[in-house]
Amino acid sequence: MAVRAQFENSNEVGVFATLTNAYAIVAVGASENFYSVFEAELQDVIPICHATIAGTRIVGRLTAGNKKGLLVPTTTTDQELQHLRNSIPDAVKIQRIEERLSALGNVICCNDHVALVHPDIERETEEIIADVLGVEVFRQTIADNVLTGSYMALSNQGGIVHPKTSIQDQDELSSLLQVPLVAGSVNRGSAVVGAGMVVNDWMAVTGLDTTATELSVVESVFRLGEGNGPSAINTTHKDAMVESFY
Amino acid sequence: MEVDAPLQFTPAPKNAATVLCADCGAAIDGTQSAGAFCYDCLKLKTDVTSGIQREATLHQCRDCDRWLNPPMSWVVAQPESRELLALCLRKLRGLNKLRIIDASFIWTEPHSRRIRVKITVQQEIGDGAILQQSFEVEYVQNYQQCPDCAKSYTHNTWRACVQVRQKVPHKRTFLYLEQLILRHSAHKDTINIKECHDGIDFFFAQRNHAEGFVDFLKAVVPVNVKKSQELISMDIHTSTKSYKFSYSAELVPICKDDLVVLPLPLARKIGNITPMTLCYRIGTSLNLMDPTTLQTADVDTALYWRTPFRPLADVQDMVEFIVLDIEPLGAQKGRFFLAEATVARASDMGSNDSTFYTRTHLGGILHVGDSVMGYHLSGTNFNNDLYDKLEESKMGSMIPDVVLVKKHYNRSKKSKNKRNWRLKRMAKEEGEMLPRKQDQERMERDFELFLRDVEEDAELRAGMALYKAQQQQQMADAMDTEESEFAEDEGLAIPMEQLLDELEDMTMEG
Repeated sequence: MAVRAQFENSNEVGVFATLTNAYAIVAVGASENFYSVFEAELQDVIPICHATIAGTRIVGRLTAGNKKGLLVPTTTTDQELQHLRNSIPDAVKIQRIEERLSALGNVICCNDHVALVHPDIERETEEIIADVLGVEVFRQTIADNVLTGSYMALSNQGGIVHPKTSIQDQDELSSLLQVPLVAGSVNRGSAVVGAGMVVNDWMAVTGLDTTATELSVVESVFRLGEGNGPSAINTTHKDAMVESFY
Repeated sequence: MEVDAPLQFTPAPKNAATVLCADCGAAIDGTQSAGAFCYDCLKLKTDVTSGIQREATLHQCRDCDRWLNPPMSWVVAQPESRELLALCLRKLRGLNKLRIIDASFIWTEPHSRRIRVKITVQQEIGDGAILQQSFEVEYVQNYQQCPDCAKSYTHNTWRACVQVRQKVPHKRTFLYLEQLILRHSAHKDTINIKECHDGIDFFFAQRNHAEGFVDFLKAVVPVNVKKSQELISMDIHTSTKSYKFSYSAELVPICKDDLVVLPLPLARKIGNITPMTLCYRIGTSLNLMDPTTLQTADVDTALYWRTPFRPLADVQDMVEFIVLDIEPLGAQKGRFFLAEATVARASDMGSNDSTFYTRTHLGGILHVGDSVMGYHLSGTNFNNDLYDKLEESKMGSMIPDVVLVKKHYNRSKKSKNKRNWRLKRMAKEEGEMLPRKQDQERMERDFELFLRDVEEDAELRAGMALYKAQQQQQMADAMDTEESEFAEDEGLAIPMEQLLDELEDMTMEG
């Protein structure tokens, strides 16, 4: 199921939220409209956490995570870290990492198995990512952009990359990730697909400007069509859900 | 010969579709497109020409038809010409930020005072995609008088004036000078030409132009120039002054074919020529000739003005003679052949038998029975000091009875309209003093005489530009030929190859 939403007149949904198969983090806004979109879809399925990171609302760009873990930048305060620890399931490891490239959401793009990271990320960070998120880490670029997290949206079902990505690059990335990839855009032609939307295995939230064409591309590549919604938890998504409850 | 197995090589398609257009869903090649839009959607969404005005104003001078090229200059441009297109494109602000691919005029009625131009431009819009767009611009043609025209319509705007004068009762030298000026376009800088008593005034906007014109005059006619200046205004702080300059150019009052008696000392000085001479040419100096010996002499302008003299007789005093007998003496100088001739006045024929014996320089062209124009000295009373002195001197006995000047050709009345050539005239403004209505006839006669001179004298003709007469007129002439009753003299027609084609009808009729 793909829905459109807006955070305080901004279409860049991925900036203000992080969505994984085990939890969701949503920025604290002036109104609860944005939160309500997530709540309507995810209530009673996974915990949704109101949070700030280092006092800012751009939680989506500063954090990176999957169902196994969550990485927060070094600027996160102890209080915020404690709040996150209390809000998301205990099975999810939370790690604060000292990394010069502190917008972790921009430099890390991951699903539950693989992560593509900025080529200049530190060696230690790379190891922490592998340990905490339980993924294979690859240093990659997307259509010559180093910010993999900004220009790619990824789930366990598929991924969308920058519209300028050539077929060769898509094939290469697809073979690394072992999921189908497609070039596309969100928010009426915006190339920053990673920042323009959030996605997990059964839902996606995109900006309000996203056109029907874009939304149909999102739904098809992430397999969010009929029968793939939260109602399918007992069938197709059983594995992912069962794992996350442990 | 064995055939190789077909190669298993398929190159990747160049323009493989990778993304769907965000708006219409068309499959496009994402690596080539701008953003995630197909070309058609992009064209609908973006307008690269939005910063360019679609209406503009052009200024044209109503009098000279030139166009204002901002900020200051005025350019000549034909309708739908490259120059005009350049002017139109330059008028549009913001166009230089785009790449112009094509521009053309769309035809409009000239009296609509509108010019429509279709322009095609290209611009790179983000991500390397190039958008091409066409649009139309409408120009309104407005009138604005250019400073040059404004100046020409305002009186007293001239800075320098050349007053050309010749104090003679006829206009022979002036008509010749007019043709020389036209031939050399010496009058192109004048802002006004005004005809007045005894001459013409040429007005110039700048002193340099007047100086140039004076130099031209000095190079073609015997002229004496005096300069004077009048202070218009002066700024005492910067000592800048503005003057009006007047150049008085007085032509020597002696014309071709005039009979001249030289002052005796002058005659002695310039080669001891007989004082009774004929002016056979006007160049930068007076060219004089003694028709009895073919001796020639030059009197240059400076020398003339030291001891100025008037001609003894001019063209109007000439009478017609008939050649009764002619015998060449053998001497030759240029086109002149010395001969002894016996002539009788045409008016005496049939009434008395008085004949005159004279020497002439026309031995080459005169035959028995020809008419010839000349001065009849023995039958004339001259009121001239120099002539009196000549009569009193030793050479008094050598004064001939008759001086023959030029052959007279019979012309039918219609021959005037029959010329296959014509001369241009300068456009002149007539002053208050001239011409009176009575003078009109005299001026026409002068011009006709001048045209005859041109016909008869190849040397005179060489210095001027002759044009082919209008075709229409020639047709009329052709019909007239049957009616001509006089036997025309041969050798008067000017060969067509010497005539110039006229450029349009840009002539300024005087």
